[in-house]
Amino acid sequence: MARMKFLCDAERCIECNGCVTACKQENDVPWGVNRRRVVTINDGVPGERSISVACMHCSDAPCMAVCPVDCFYRSDDGVVLHDKDLCIGCGYCFYACPFGAPQFPQTGAFGVRGKMDKCTFCAGGPEPNNSEAEFKKYGRNRLAEGKLPACAEMCSTKALLAGDADVLSDIYRERVTNRAARGTPGSPPWGWDTAYGRPPVMGGQPGQPAPAAQPAAPGAKS
Amino acid sequence: MIARVVLLAGAAALVLAACGERPQVIEYKQGEYQGKPDKPAWDSAKFNGDRAAWEAAIKQRNQNQNEYRRTN
Repeated sequence: MARMKFLCDAERCIECNGCVTACKQENDVPWGVNRRRVVTINDGVPGERSISVACMHCSDAPCMAVCPVDCFYRSDDGVVLHDKDLCIGCGYCFYACPFGAPQFPQTGAFGVRGKMDKCTFCAGGPEPNNSEAEFKKYGRNRLAEGKLPACAEMCSTKALLAGDADVLSDIYRERVTNRAARGTPGSPPWGWDTAYGRPPVMGGQPGQPAPAAQPAAPGAKS
Repeated sequence: MIARVVLLAGAAALVLAACGERPQVIEYKQGEYQGKPDKPAWDSAKFNGDRAAWEAAIKQRNQNQNEYRRTN
């Protein structure tokens, strides 16, 4: 079974914001809501790194744990989605999310928060697949069309990868191997430990710190 | 005398009013999804419930992201 994940390669991201634009266009996201954004660390300093950030569809999603109305669910392919008909816009998920993914449209008076909106991995929501109701509430369901999220497929440098975890790992491993041969392996995939946990260490218990990773490139954070 | 009884009854009604209060929120089952059910991605017009075909299509798209394979 596919386990859908995002992987952003900080060595490749050129901060073009193509992923942000693709997401907004594909899902008809309203003004004020950014399901995806590009964050630059050490901006302007030699060695700066940029990362494309959105909902990472965590393995143990904190938003699901804190939601008081239990409107979150995980699809069969590991995508964390929510039912907007149930959401009360309380904002707990925003405080819980380590990636700042949940967004709230502020269209009402006195800064009233609307129902939460976030990246759906282009998988729509709990409405009939590819229906108009699904598009209006959640955006395009590209997964049901056999496609991957628009942000990753539009990425010109292929810094942002989306899809099955096994395949992503293989692609990234091949990249790092090639880069290591040139002496610049780069940093570990940003956010993966936070979103998907650490694999069990040989001879240890799951959840214990992994062995020391390769030293990160200057300015990069994992 | 009657006034005192009425006063006591009124005071008792006021003090005990909260005892008859019923919970006004719906009951949530903590930790369980409460929303509408969703259909899997392969249950769409294009794949018609064929999970194997959907997984093959996704795998193909996945590999398109690997330019080491695309250029060689």
